[in-house]
Amino acid sequence: MIEQIAFALALGLATFLFVKSIKRIRRNIFLGRPLPLNDRKSERWKLMAMVAMGQSKMVKRPVAGFFHFLIYAGFVLINIEVLEIVLDGLLGTHRLFSAPLGGFYPIVIGFFEVLAVAVLLACVVFLYRRHISKVRRLNLREMKGWPQKDATNILVIEIVLMLALLVMNAAEGAFPEPYQTPAPFLVSGLLSPIFAGWSYESLHILERICWWGHILGILAFLNYLPFSKHFHIILAFPTVWYSKLKPKGAFDNLEAVKKEVELMMDPNADPYAAPAPDASAEPVKFGAKDVRDLSWKQLLDAYSCTECGRCTSECPANQTGKLLSPRKIMMDTRDRLEEVGKGIDAQGPDFKDEKQLLGDYISEEELWACTTCNACTEACPVNLDPLSIIIDLRRDLVMEQSKAPASLNAMFTNVENNGAPWQFSPQDRGKWAEELSQS
Amino acid sequence: MSDFKVATMAEMAAEGKSPDVLFWVGCAGSFDDRAKRVTKSLAKILHSIGLSFAILGSEESCTGDPAKRAGNEFLFQMMAFQNIQVLNGYGVKRIVTACPHCFNTLRNEYPELGGHFEVVHHSQLLQQLLNEGKLRIEGGSFKGKRITFHDPCYLGRANEEYEAPRALIQKLDAEMLEMKRSRAKGLCCGAGGAQMFKEAEPGDREVNHARAEEALELKPDVIAVGCPFCNTMMTDGVKHYEKETQTSVLDLAELIAQANDL
Repeated sequence: MIEQIAFALALGLATFLFVKSIKRIRRNIFLGRPLPLNDRKSERWKLMAMVAMGQSKMVKRPVAGFFHFLIYAGFVLINIEVLEIVLDGLLGTHRLFSAPLGGFYPIVIGFFEVLAVAVLLACVVFLYRRHISKVRRLNLREMKGWPQKDATNILVIEIVLMLALLVMNAAEGAFPEPYQTPAPFLVSGLLSPIFAGWSYESLHILERICWWGHILGILAFLNYLPFSKHFHIILAFPTVWYSKLKPKGAFDNLEAVKKEVELMMDPNADPYAAPAPDASAEPVKFGAKDVRDLSWKQLLDAYSCTECGRCTSECPANQTGKLLSPRKIMMDTRDRLEEVGKGIDAQGPDFKDEKQLLGDYISEEELWACTTCNACTEACPVNLDPLSIIIDLRRDLVMEQSKAPASLNAMFTNVENNGAPWQFSPQDRGKWAEELSQS
Repeated sequence: MSDFKVATMAEMAAEGKSPDVLFWVGCAGSFDDRAKRVTKSLAKILHSIGLSFAILGSEESCTGDPAKRAGNEFLFQMMAFQNIQVLNGYGVKRIVTACPHCFNTLRNEYPELGGHFEVVHHSQLLQQLLNEGKLRIEGGSFKGKRITFHDPCYLGRANEEYEAPRALIQKLDAEMLEMKRSRAKGLCCGAGGAQMFKEAEPGDREVNHARAEEALELKPDVIAVGCPFCNTMMTDGVKHYEKETQTSVLDLAELIAQANDL
């Protein structure tokens, strides 16, 4: 009974804290500009099924894709066993599903054990890639410090959780007669001989320690997620659902600019027909200086990024030694958003500080290195769009601050005056055709 | 063969005619000496098969692409507004262009601003004409030549057209080679996003050198391109490695015009 109460308290506390974190992140995401993205629903569901559930872009890098799939499948399916563990904890039962499932039960548990071993193996491979073979993209500049530690934490925690599960089952499998149990199981049964000669009492204590360790570990891990890149296991699904569906080359046309241009260019437009400016309304901004100028989708992207660095490894600017890393764009956006979120928690919704995303997190040099080639968005396994953030920050630099590089300002002047990015007379546009008929 | 006059939309309209397709030449195609050769090649091909086309001439302006990618949305929309007025004024329905940047902007960004056209890249139009039997490509001069194709970002990833350029090259009876990174994984030439008009940011090498090196590993006779900026960047890259005598950089239109002796 005491165990049941302790379990219910632990579960309640973990759920409470997790819901609180989710609310915080949700609030932060919706600090972004509104953006309607509920069109073409059937396409979006299909995309989510393919890209998020089916991992279609993950497997484009077969090694990482394969081992990631093992962890993904393990995570999804072992949750069925976690459900049993939670019910056992609340009801004070032991292996609640074994009676109704009968002879099928050991097969199911055996299957989960195979998955647990696969997850374990994948985590070891990932630790190896990260720390021993040192895959370049996993060890770039922006990964120093917390991001690298976070990644290692996740892998180690998953290894510990899987070990707890296997040792728990192995201990039970070694129970001496007459203690009835559905064990031994497929994998842990092979480990049971380690415990030969142990008394029932010792085995039972070990089994309980692993049981508690496993479930408390899961509850703790659950509450680690919202502070970690590992939160992608939840956000990958919505973020893919809200993917950009237009061709990658289509950049958004700023609505605010559209109105201004219409007023300026259309001889029939009546400037006085425009609604009287609302004194309380925020002045219209062109582009983004800080996270609250970005759309909620861009902020959702930032929280969904798991820092795999495929974007950066495909980025032509990064490959040629430039400062730009699309992954860092996502990480900076998230880190700044977290900072703003904390400020709002402490000082209320009007929170302001001396910092902003543009300049304090992302430098102009990074922004100007982008060739807008879309290699990053193509590479991202969950369709994140760092390019749109780069463009919104460039828009602020150019339209709010007039801080384009001098050569780009010259290009703008040419486009405006000559209708071409170079200094040629518009009258000479058709000259090639004259040359053609003369040749 | 090359002695013909390209009509402008204004001239056609004065005669009460309208062409099957508007040839959107673009700034590079109009003013850059290298790109002008591509423009002329495409004009010759279209003329040789009797396709009715016209240009805007001095009424054409920059689509605004480099301004938009550089963050100057104002300038982009101003250019778009003007161009759409001109295009709609002539009732243009169908546009072909040899510049993937113009192609992308006209196709994807103009509709929301009131410009609804069927826009094709020249590789797509030529492939279509080929399929319809209107265009024939003589393999002769390129038979057995080693040709690789550099995917332009704004044709490939941006608009998912990977096959039309390759279908054209196939017709040359050439040996088609693929770079390690091609199609959706193709490496940028380094000119997109308005980089063409500025110095590269500090780094340890130039993007176009990296890409040219990758292409040159195949020891190609020709690096085929489908974009005036890629053309410039790849040509510079090939020169950087002093391979311009072995490897030439040619646009798809130039390949076909040469093959067909135009």
